[in-house]
Amino acid sequence: MNDGMVNAAYIIAAILFILSLSGLSKQETARRGNQFGIAGMALAIIAVILSKDVSNYGVLIVTIGIGGGIGAVLAKRVEMTQMPELVAILHSFVGLAAVLVGFATYLDPDSNYLGTERTIHDVEIYLGILIGALTFTGSVVAFGKLSGKVGSKPLILPARHMINVGIGIACVILLMLFIGTAPETASATAGKGAGTAILVIMTLLAFAFGVHMVMAIGGADMPVVISMLNSYSGWAAAATGFMLSNDLLIVVGALVGSSGAILSYIMCRAMNRKFFSVIMGGWGDAPKGAASDDDEEQGEAVSISADEVAQLCKDAESVVIVPGYGMAVAHAQHPVSELTNRLKAAGINIRFAIHPVAGRMPGHMNVLLAEANVPYDLVLEMDEINEDLAKTDVVIVIGANDIVNPAALDNPNSPIAGMPVLEVWNAKQVIVSKRSMATGYAGVENPLFFKENTRMLFGDAKDSVNGILANL
Amino acid sequence: MLIGVPKETYAGEKRVALTPETASHIQKLGHTLCIQSGAGLGADISDDLYARAGVDVLDSAQAVYDKSDIIIKVRAPDPHSAAGDEIAMLKAGTILISFIWPAQNESLMSQLSAGEITTLAMDSVPRISRAQKLDALSSMANIGGYRAVVEAANQFGRFFTGQITAAGKVPPAKVLIIGAGVAGLAAIGAARGMGAIVRSFDTRPEAAEQVESMGAEFLMLDFEDDEDGAGEGGYAKLMSKEFIDAEMALFREQAKEVDIIITTALIPGRDAPELITTDMVESMKPGSVIVDLAAERGGNCKLTVANEITRHGDVTLVGYTDLPSRMAAQSSQLYGTNIRHLLSDLTPDKEGVVNVNMEDEVIRGATVVNGSDITWPPPAPKLSAAPKAKPKPAAPVAEPVKTGGAGGTLIAAAIGAVALLAVGSVAPEDFMKHFTVFVLACFVGYQVVWSVSPALHTPLMSVTNAISGIIVVGALLQVSASSGFVIFLAAIATLIASINIVGGFLVTQRMLKMFRK
Repeated sequence: MNDGMVNAAYIIAAILFILSLSGLSKQETARRGNQFGIAGMALAIIAVILSKDVSNYGVLIVTIGIGGGIGAVLAKRVEMTQMPELVAILHSFVGLAAVLVGFATYLDPDSNYLGTERTIHDVEIYLGILIGALTFTGSVVAFGKLSGKVGSKPLILPARHMINVGIGIACVILLMLFIGTAPETASATAGKGAGTAILVIMTLLAFAFGVHMVMAIGGADMPVVISMLNSYSGWAAAATGFMLSNDLLIVVGALVGSSGAILSYIMCRAMNRKFFSVIMGGWGDAPKGAASDDDEEQGEAVSISADEVAQLCKDAESVVIVPGYGMAVAHAQHPVSELTNRLKAAGINIRFAIHPVAGRMPGHMNVLLAEANVPYDLVLEMDEINEDLAKTDVVIVIGANDIVNPAALDNPNSPIAGMPVLEVWNAKQVIVSKRSMATGYAGVENPLFFKENTRMLFGDAKDSVNGILANL
Repeated sequence: MLIGVPKETYAGEKRVALTPETASHIQKLGHTLCIQSGAGLGADISDDLYARAGVDVLDSAQAVYDKSDIIIKVRAPDPHSAAGDEIAMLKAGTILISFIWPAQNESLMSQLSAGEITTLAMDSVPRISRAQKLDALSSMANIGGYRAVVEAANQFGRFFTGQITAAGKVPPAKVLIIGAGVAGLAAIGAARGMGAIVRSFDTRPEAAEQVESMGAEFLMLDFEDDEDGAGEGGYAKLMSKEFIDAEMALFREQAKEVDIIITTALIPGRDAPELITTDMVESMKPGSVIVDLAAERGGNCKLTVANEITRHGDVTLVGYTDLPSRMAAQSSQLYGTNIRHLLSDLTPDKEGVVNVNMEDEVIRGATVVNGSDITWPPPAPKLSAAPKAKPKPAAPVAEPVKTGGAGGTLIAAAIGAVALLAVGSVAPEDFMKHFTVFVLACFVGYQVVWSVSPALHTPLMSVTNAISGIIVVGALLQVSASSGFVIFLAAIATLIASINIVGGFLVTQRMLKMFRK
């Protein structure tokens, strides 16, 4: 293939990728969207392989074969509750690949840029490696946190903001030094030894930065972190595209980057928090007056047994289930699905209410329910169902806490004040399935548990739901 | 403590402040109860039923007043009642719980304070979320709204619901309900339930949603200014003259069309505003009915006569002011439950000792006389329970992350443009070409991703993850470099990017297969 044909293939691939993303807008077209993506990727890879720049077929076939094989096994084995972990670790691969490609490009003796071009090219390499490196370690830490290998509590180092700023300044200084290593007139390879050393230092700094950044962020903010890392992996690809002068990489990187950025924005909006305060970790400067303010109102939480819940469900006309991360932890989605089928068969209007940040990644609950064969037209978004909750007989909250906390609306001093929540307390009866009375991630007492129409069903979510099923 | 319930003395008042059901709850708080014989008869509750619930039935009002530490009643005590001076009967130190209307009854208030009667007014309970369960005004308004429709149906000569029968077609009745507070909404529900076409108007814009949720049509006012009629505590406030003119024009037009008008408009502490003028009444169709729930305060229609049904021309005007009492069994049950909730707030330890805790916002609001001090009006409530409160926390949600509005956006755009020009001035042409592609792709991504359904966010992430594996292209190009070390780096990059591509696409496919309708 000549360059023209390769470029034509790139254009088609880029279009296919755009179609792929737009196909995901609806369930009906989503699968076709994914197929467009696969087609685009296949086309792009074949075009590159057939181009005159590529000749080392042996290495290429082996590496793609091994990598593809590992990927296929991973995709097959992963459990749906582990999707956030898988996505996190895949992000880290993109980051690492960007770092490696960056170094390879810099060290490639065949490159011949001079003057301003050399400077711009060096900046591109520098940025590509920087973004790639922090995506890599950030994603690895996120993976660790999600899979429980690293504690999910935010690690707040003293002077953490100073550390971040320090690393930032160091990176800028190193960039200046790095550009300076390329002499104006000498050959294209001049100064690469010193340059490589600087690149390695910067890469280590970026690694440290990625670790530190994600360590400081707690478990329930993971949806934001995952989407942000998703975004970064896109920007890393785009930066690589710039350094290789490859428009396809730029287009795809920009698509992925903006997609991740939008998701982060949506997640932050769902928590009514600013992006920066999430990324900076902890609950920022939110006033901590909540606990004392609530004391006067708190009564006694009343518990309920599974057979009483079953009776309530039988007598109800409409039931809404609000799943949270607790459902994923307990792997309770299959019993929940069974419960859904039984209640539906009994002619009860059963639906699901999903809060945008329920779970550990955007859309996490939807995927779990889909895995358990819950029809997606029963699964509604917060905005679709909030109005209906007042007309609902029974709401069952399974392993969710902050997303159903009335303090977000009632108590202006609460750290989660202003966060949109599912107004389950408007329903006639609320059942909360929970392991204990512990507070949610935000560390805020939940007045919902003490409301008159709330009953607590203590125990592991899976056992509780099975208990209800047994008594239906 | 001993809680006593005297028989209501107000003419035609059938409600009672205690039912056998609430009695058992109150006893659980550690209190004992007594009631005057015959107090529940108006609400179809015999002495026997009370006795069976463990309530001591006493013969005379005097006995109840003498024995009790707390008196619970519906109507405010009346110095000139048939049974004698009820205020004089209250011993000093008694706690009185009933409707009081302190704003209108200054002399009653001074008599109560002179007699050292700590008084909790059910009409002064603050309208905050926590106090809803003891909000007797809402309970009574709910019943009033329902009963208003029943009274209207009673006077109206036709069906409410439209029918097509063998004997011809019957059009549905058209009902206009003015004021969509608790009473108005209850009336909408009742009229809709009977099959009428219901329209409603309220000066508070947030009422529109509630009206529509009840299945009625909300009448919009043709008025430019964005005037919000929501006052404190969920009530309407007085509106400007222009607004009232526009409102009257709307009613004038509607009067010609509708068969039934139910008015519920009240502004706290004022006479009821006149909304339906004589000429509007005269323009109504023969047989039309007006039910004026504000009749006690002068009426929203000046032609209504309080407590009477009158006719003006061919239009019937219902001016009953005792609608809740006309459903005494229902209203006693709800009022009794409101009282029980207040008592349980007053008795936090459940040991039968009442604590009038003036630190508690709800009890503070309800207490109008504390010992010999008049403690009315209370300080303003902290939070309004009206739906107004909801949009407030929701408002910052709409655009929380955006920076400083239009001005900020403009400045950001200007800085962006300048920065772009600066880059353009030094960058080589080649770079700018790529940069064009980059910026355009960002915008395409932005447009496309916004339309993705939130349910598909996880598949979206795994797909974008797979396609960011496109970085393999870069690695593939390097694999054929001449330096061995570069080849090595590129080979590893190819390997891990391949994991990403295959893993990402396959897992997406697996997920999407699970989504079924």
